[in-house]
Amino acid sequence: MATAAVQAPPLREYPVIPILARDAMAGSRPYPASEKMNEALGFPGKLVDGWREKAVLKIGELVAKNRGLRVFLDACVHCGACTDKCHYFLGTGDPKNMPVARQDLFRKVYRRYFTLGGKLFPKLVGAEDLTESVLEDWYRYFNQCSECRRCSVYCPYGIDTAEITMAAKEVMDSIGVGQKYTNEIIGKVHKIGNNLGLPGPALKNTLETLEEEVKEETGQDVRFPLDEKGAEVLVVTPSADFFAEPHVYSLVGYAKVFHAAGIRWTLSSHASEAANFGVFIGSQAQMKAIAGRVREAALELGVRRLVVGECGHAWRVAYSFWNTLIGPFDFLDSRYPVPQHICELTYDLIERGAITFDREKNDAHVVTFHDSCNVARASGMGGLPRGQFIIPRAVIRAAANHFHDMAPETIHEHTFCCGGGGGLLTDELLELRVKGALPRMEALQKVVDEHGVNFMATICAICKAQFAKVLPYYKFDMGMIGGVHQLVSNAIRLGRND
Amino acid sequence: MPVLTIVYACLFYAAAAVLVAGFAWKVAEYWRAPAPLKIPTTPAPATPAGAAVRVAREVVLFESLFRANKWIWLFGWLFHVALALVLLRHLRYFQDPVWGVVALAQPFGIYAGFAMLAGLAGLWARRFLVERIRYISTASDHLMLALLVAIAASGLAMKYVAHTDVVAVKAFMLGLLVFDWQPLPADPVLLVHLALVALLMAVFPASKLLHAPGVFFSPTRNQADDSRERRHVAA
Repeated sequence: MATAAVQAPPLREYPVIPILARDAMAGSRPYPASEKMNEALGFPGKLVDGWREKAVLKIGELVAKNRGLRVFLDACVHCGACTDKCHYFLGTGDPKNMPVARQDLFRKVYRRYFTLGGKLFPKLVGAEDLTESVLEDWYRYFNQCSECRRCSVYCPYGIDTAEITMAAKEVMDSIGVGQKYTNEIIGKVHKIGNNLGLPGPALKNTLETLEEEVKEETGQDVRFPLDEKGAEVLVVTPSADFFAEPHVYSLVGYAKVFHAAGIRWTLSSHASEAANFGVFIGSQAQMKAIAGRVREAALELGVRRLVVGECGHAWRVAYSFWNTLIGPFDFLDSRYPVPQHICELTYDLIERGAITFDREKNDAHVVTFHDSCNVARASGMGGLPRGQFIIPRAVIRAAANHFHDMAPETIHEHTFCCGGGGGLLTDELLELRVKGALPRMEALQKVVDEHGVNFMATICAICKAQFAKVLPYYKFDMGMIGGVHQLVSNAIRLGRND
Repeated sequence: MPVLTIVYACLFYAAAAVLVAGFAWKVAEYWRAPAPLKIPTTPAPATPAGAAVRVAREVVLFESLFRANKWIWLFGWLFHVALALVLLRHLRYFQDPVWGVVALAQPFGIYAGFAMLAGLAGLWARRFLVERIRYISTASDHLMLALLVAIAASGLAMKYVAHTDVVAVKAFMLGLLVFDWQPLPADPVLLVHLALVALLMAVFPASKLLHAPGVFFSPTRNQADDSRERRHVAA
């Protein structure tokens, strides 16, 4: 693999919009899914006969059942507002990574087969037949979009490239052109219950080990319950939290919060995954099937509340889609939001004085916060405007003394994707991931220089894994990345609060 | 009845029919297609009323565009506001007596004609001068700008270069409305102006001008951020 040769672009003091570098990323191509992986999800195993006609039919089906997609395909005026907003464009200069150009890969086919102008005067309106080379462009460049929706914030019509990327992936899956990383993982969730393919007994073992370690470290019996019927709260968290670093430190943080607040909670071996890669491939059926496990587990365990751990796209799916996909939640306690983010839960407890901190225990950390795209642009928290920005920061400030935000144009809804979202967190796309992280790395370098920041907290499993991998390419320590509840874990007072 | 008048009368009936039917067809398509999931983009208001205000801000102020790029916003907003004033000014050709607000808009409408050209010139210049926008521009993007510039320029030419008999033009337009055709002056500039306007009307429903109805149907802008409170079920 060519990964050893990947070079990070140099950080610049004043980021400028790159000069176009045509086809700079034309070689970036994820591994295709095997026949077995595709078939496990109900997709054809390999490229089907008559794929062009079937793809065109699928496009027609998608625009008929999705108002957003139809409007987004029709409304673009090529104004250019989005052209400098994508982190992959900023990091690679490849013009097909400009959001409008990426959309046009799909739009030109839609125009050719579904609009009068495209049928009569294809050249004039930029319409094109769906050829093999167009399909190849789709596979390469729709797998260079992390569906972060930054471009949509700036579009005068709110055109959301993520929706078009999802549609393109749905079309490709329907003709047998699946992507390995996403489709293999979705298969594991269906079969075993989580992205990592961690079976129930292994999960139980891991949690017991964690209990012992925390006991050793704190002297307290902090529990990590699994499948405990009658618990009040079911926590659904990305499976990376069970053993990947730094993810697991946040899981310890959740456990300590429940312990300190005296709330009975449990994890589920059936729904041992908050991540929902169904959203990445644009498949509502897959999304619903994956989320369905959560509903089943909640009913089976008889819990009263649903809480979601630190995971960006999982929070989008939970916050924005669960109610539609697996609701209504009339069997849960209506006094709490359903679902509730772990940061909302911790924040409430802090506000009520139910948990307290020894902040100085985090004094070695000078903290900044990386807003994860799906939390920032596609969800909310606390039922208050901009709550998804306020609450995680409030939790950090409650647990640590030193906090500095990055530049305002790089946080909140303007945040830059880590470079690994949308089902791209796979090694063969490392060059893309390293280059796509450039805008975030530049913003980080500024607060490192100005404030001595040495810890970037985030609430997303993909962000954590991506940064842990990519930070060293930019000469940062990979230990700089961690979770918000990792800081909570360091400083929370266990035992009696008085 | 001069042939010219018959040709232009038919041209306008046809263009209006295409515009209205095509527009209605597209709006019906947007209306009928369900929105399967809640996908508002931050900052999303918590209530449907708030979302309506957000859409209104996008339509009137181009709020998102302002945040994206000040130059595109400046030229784009200038063009659209000027166009609105120019259209308001042109209403006088279709009503008798003329509304007060239309009478009031007359002097501003003239300046707006120039402002419209300035906005279009700025937008067009960007298509040549900015590499990224040059890359994404298609022939139809240039032609649309050419069409609008030609309409504005021919309109201004009638005001400042080759006057036309506006009283007769008004009689022609009012006649069209009640199917009582009146002769149209045979001034070349007027004929060019009207033909281009008819062309613009006809291509509207089959072009990127659909951004006009589209902005109202865009789910990232018109949905409220209330997915936990209200269960969204696609219609």
